[in-house]
Amino acid sequence: MTPTQRDIDLEMAAHRAAYERGRASGGPAVDHPPRDYPPYRSSALRHPTRPLVAVAGDPEAVELHGPVFGHTDVSPLDADLTGQHGGEPQGARITVTGRLLDRAGRPVAGQLVEIWQANAAGRYAHRLDRHPAPLDPHFTGAGRALTGPDGSYHFTTVQPGAYPWRNHDNAWRPAHIHFSVFGTAFTQRLVTQMYFPGDPLLAHDPVLRSVVDDDARRRLVATYDHALSRPEWSLGYRWDIVLDGPRATWAEEGR
Amino acid sequence: MTGGSAALPPTPSQTIGPFFGHALPFAGGGDLAPAAHPGAVTVHGRVHDGAGAPVPDAIVELWQNGPEGRPPRAPGSLARRDGDLAQEFTGFGRVATDAEGRWSARTLRPGARAGRAPQVSVCVFARGLLHHLFTRLYFPDDPAALAADPLLASLDPARRATLVATAEPLGPAPRYRFDIHLQGEKETVFLDFRDFRDFRDFR
Ligand SMILES: [Fe+3]
Repeated sequence: MTPTQRDIDLEMAAHRAAYERGRASGGPAVDHPPRDYPPYRSSALRHPTRPLVAVAGDPEAVELHGPVFGHTDVSPLDADLTGQHGGEPQGARITVTGRLLDRAGRPVAGQLVEIWQANAAGRYAHRLDRHPAPLDPHFTGAGRALTGPDGSYHFTTVQPGAYPWRNHDNAWRPAHIHFSVFGTAFTQRLVTQMYFPGDPLLAHDPVLRSVVDDDARRRLVATYDHALSRPEWSLGYRWDIVLDGPRATWAEEGR
Repeated sequence: MTGGSAALPPTPSQTIGPFFGHALPFAGGGDLAPAAHPGAVTVHGRVHDGAGAPVPDAIVELWQNGPEGRPPRAPGSLARRDGDLAQEFTGFGRVATDAEGRWSARTLRPGARAGRAPQVSVCVFARGLLHHLFTRLYFPDDPAALAADPLLASLDPARRATLVATAEPLGPAPRYRFDIHLQGEKETVFLDFRDFRDFRDFR
């Protein structure tokens, strides 16, 4: 039996309630999703069942550094997803901007930010996406940028559409933009997704709701910022990214 | 990070999903070293799920020391030109798995500091993985270095074996096989670099 949205909603509510009970009795806040989150069906066979082995004490130097990206790797044109194919893509033009920070609030400068997304109709320019929504000849949906000295990044793109998937019956992903980010240490590596405020699908999505902590989940939703909207041109969204990371890099740099 | 400076809560991880193929893989992503480099070695393997099935929608990232034993500081991973022997070794690679879950990269053997065995840091992403997984690929050639390595020494032999690549004596250039099992009997040892106790002080 394929579960319904209601079945999945009940499962997700049970996971959240169990977490809240744990918090009420002094359990720790958990920022990241568990690798095993049964309402997200694909996690069942793809998560390790043994505890991770901690390397907190003495990581390799290479793990406390990260690959270096520079202007040979990324062109400023890579950050405008609406300008890559010789014509304006369909959909509402948006800009997404924010800062890449470490947990101490320091800007993470000169690092690679990559994004990818569906087009305005909810279709990826990917050969395996079978959603019967139109492809857009003027939109591929992939962008790259390097963060500035203040950790800031800027993308121009279009508002992505929601799209169906097969997790359960009548499953729909809320509109989102995938982000891949590097920090100064390889162990700060982050792949995540940015969501849009006010989307009714946020309540029903097991990928987003795998983040069971309400505050942590809210941090995945961008803020509409009218001051970033440009007249006659685009709507502006702001989304800061804070990299988790090994304590060792902090100690090293904080001295 | 003491003395009352507030720590920002981190942005949570989310799965890479199934549709990264038009965005993340890049030309030359598996060519950390050019084919003509005299020191080039191939590392390759398969990614398996808990049922032993291949994972056809995973990304494997590699990051390693240069041959002299230090983390490379050269940019240019995304702009590699095949056959360019003059280009600097950047130490970073990214390869997607194919329909059979296979990945492959060509690199240089990393150097290691005294008391450590040469290793490549590996990060695995896939649909179904809500949070990426870190592991290490160790080269099998120097048993004494492997025996002395503190991480390997801390593991029981069966688990330790999941981190040591197998040398394949085929072909002109050295090849090493490193399969990744996300779950199950042969589950790979995955690593955790965060120290939760210390982070909790900052909440
Ligand atoms: Fe997506």
